[in-house]
Amino acid sequence: MVETTLHNPDAISTAEEARAIRLTRARRRSRNNIFRHIFLIICSLIMIYPLLWMVSASLKPDNEIFGTLWLWPSEFQWNNYVEGWDALVVSFSRFYMNSIIITVLSVIGNVISCSFAAYAFARLEFNGRNIWFSLMMMTLMLPYHIVLIPQYLLFLQLGWIDTYLPLVVPKFLATDAFFIFLMVQFFRQLPRELDEAAMMDGCSPFKIYWAIIMPLSIPAMATAAIFSFIWTWQDFLGPLIYLNDVKDYTVPLALRMFLSQDSVSLYGEMFAMSVLSIVPIFLFFVIFQRLIVQGIAMSGLK
Amino acid sequence: MAGVSLKSVNKKYGTVEAIHSIDLEVNDGEFLVLVGPSGCGKSTLLRMIAGLEEITDGTISIEDRVVNDVPASQRNLSMVFQSYALYPHMSVRKNLAFGLSNMKMPKPEIERRVADAARILQIGELMERKPRQLSGGQKQRVAIGRAIVREPQLFLFDEPLSNLDAELRVQMRVELAGLYNRLGTTMIYVTHDQVEAMTMATRIAVLSNGHLEQLGTPFELYNFPQNRFVASFIGSPKMNMLEAEAKGGAVELADFGSLPLGDGVSDGSLAVGVRPSQFLVGDEGDVHASGKITLVEYLGSEMFIHVQLASGRVMMVQAPGHSVYKLGDEIRLGISRRAAHYFDSAGLRVPLFDKQDS
Repeated sequence: MVETTLHNPDAISTAEEARAIRLTRARRRSRNNIFRHIFLIICSLIMIYPLLWMVSASLKPDNEIFGTLWLWPSEFQWNNYVEGWDALVVSFSRFYMNSIIITVLSVIGNVISCSFAAYAFARLEFNGRNIWFSLMMMTLMLPYHIVLIPQYLLFLQLGWIDTYLPLVVPKFLATDAFFIFLMVQFFRQLPRELDEAAMMDGCSPFKIYWAIIMPLSIPAMATAAIFSFIWTWQDFLGPLIYLNDVKDYTVPLALRMFLSQDSVSLYGEMFAMSVLSIVPIFLFFVIFQRLIVQGIAMSGLK
Repeated sequence: MAGVSLKSVNKKYGTVEAIHSIDLEVNDGEFLVLVGPSGCGKSTLLRMIAGLEEITDGTISIEDRVVNDVPASQRNLSMVFQSYALYPHMSVRKNLAFGLSNMKMPKPEIERRVADAARILQIGELMERKPRQLSGGQKQRVAIGRAIVREPQLFLFDEPLSNLDAELRVQMRVELAGLYNRLGTTMIYVTHDQVEAMTMATRIAVLSNGHLEQLGTPFELYNFPQNRFVASFIGSPKMNMLEAEAKGGAVELADFGSLPLGDGVSDGSLAVGVRPSQFLVGDEGDVHASGKITLVEYLGSEMFIHVQLASGRVMMVQAPGHSVYKLGDEIRLGISRRAAHYFDSAGLRVPLFDKQDS
């Protein structure tokens, strides 16, 4: 091979041509790469702009907030955070407490009850399993607003209005079909022989769920926990309907109170509190998404 | 240790009958292999004994106790699964101890048993690992270990070696046989691999389409197959079957000519089975035919020769590895009537020369 290249002038020119082509290609590739990056950076800026705007608005003086698109405040109003915390009739400490109670209970309720239901659908034999499953899936198609009024009437009859019960108790009754579906899909891909081995090892169906299925389903559980946290934390309609006493308000309801129709709205303070309100979601996501990755690596079933 | 007894055991999925009324006695301390082609119901039968599958009809008893309605965990047996089914989130030690701690066994006893199993299977240094960090052979050992620690009366194996590569399979086969000799516990072993069946079994049960075709020692199955299915299923390469017509105490074979069989044979169609190793090359034997070699498969210690006879039928012949047959050669084959197997029109064995043979 070397010899032919040395003694054949054609071969030399071919080799040079090939080299030239390779170089042009490499150049073109790096140019494409630069364009791709610029495009993606612009897209991400557009996506993140509202968030940045909110953060900047929380630091601007009130008259600057809606006046300009520019993000940098002329003067940093750190006071918005201090004043915002106690600006309303009840302190934000209280609102956070309320939100945390409702959210934590909802996450626990959803994860436990939905995984129970999912385990039953995925593994246990019972009459009409397929019918019940399709019925459950059908509830996914129902918009929340349709069940709103009957639900309200039901809780009114039970005397639960103005308590957290309507917001929390349903979560313990596996009412969220989306999570059940998510977990059923996950459980189904776990090999049945694991259940059978556990059965031979003397496990009851509950023990199989608790000792085998549950630890292997951490990714699904973490996903459900994250979504459940986010949706409950930012839920506005539910608390708005069922809670009347300001002392029981959750964070999203409290934020709404900054906007008043008859007096001056405290925009700076409102945005400051809005920024703080997304901190728990952010932290929760960071912690739990690690579980998803870990869980997937751990189960390594094959 | 315990014997297992199946009495007219039956299994239906809807209207489809998967197991047709099987009677089977497994003796105490026996290594019984259930063998058959895929879909013959051997795994189903094993799972029924294990208690993972309900039986539609009949009774299963283990050591004289009817266990039809006894849950799997209380039948005092252990099962090794084809996929091993180790708990991925538990260390090897926990995998072994899990069943025992479910039985509320005292800690020191659990530790003793786990240590024993680890020693027997030489998995001591793997104890803290997770299953995903083990190779196929190691997983297999842990799976067997999980069965051993329970010190059961009965071991069930569901194709435990089928996920291993060929070399490891041979090694694990030897180890399993050693384990059986050491423990002496009754074992029921499902496989589709007849080499596993022949080498390990005390007795083999051959199943096909949910029927028990024959139950016997490997020697009996190979030398006295009771029907055509067993004859062609056991033995590799397959037995050659020559369809023929018997008349007046002799059978008329195409290519080979008339083979006198004596008085024991009644007129009618008769199949003559000759194993590849039972063909005689040259002038030996009672009848002869010549053919042309169409293929030679050389395996080292032996070779398999495909011989096409005048009628076009191809016979498989086994010859020693040092022979010099090559493609296109003419070859003369002989059949000895004592070495052949005979089956009637219903496919059942006609025991013509069995007495003299045994």
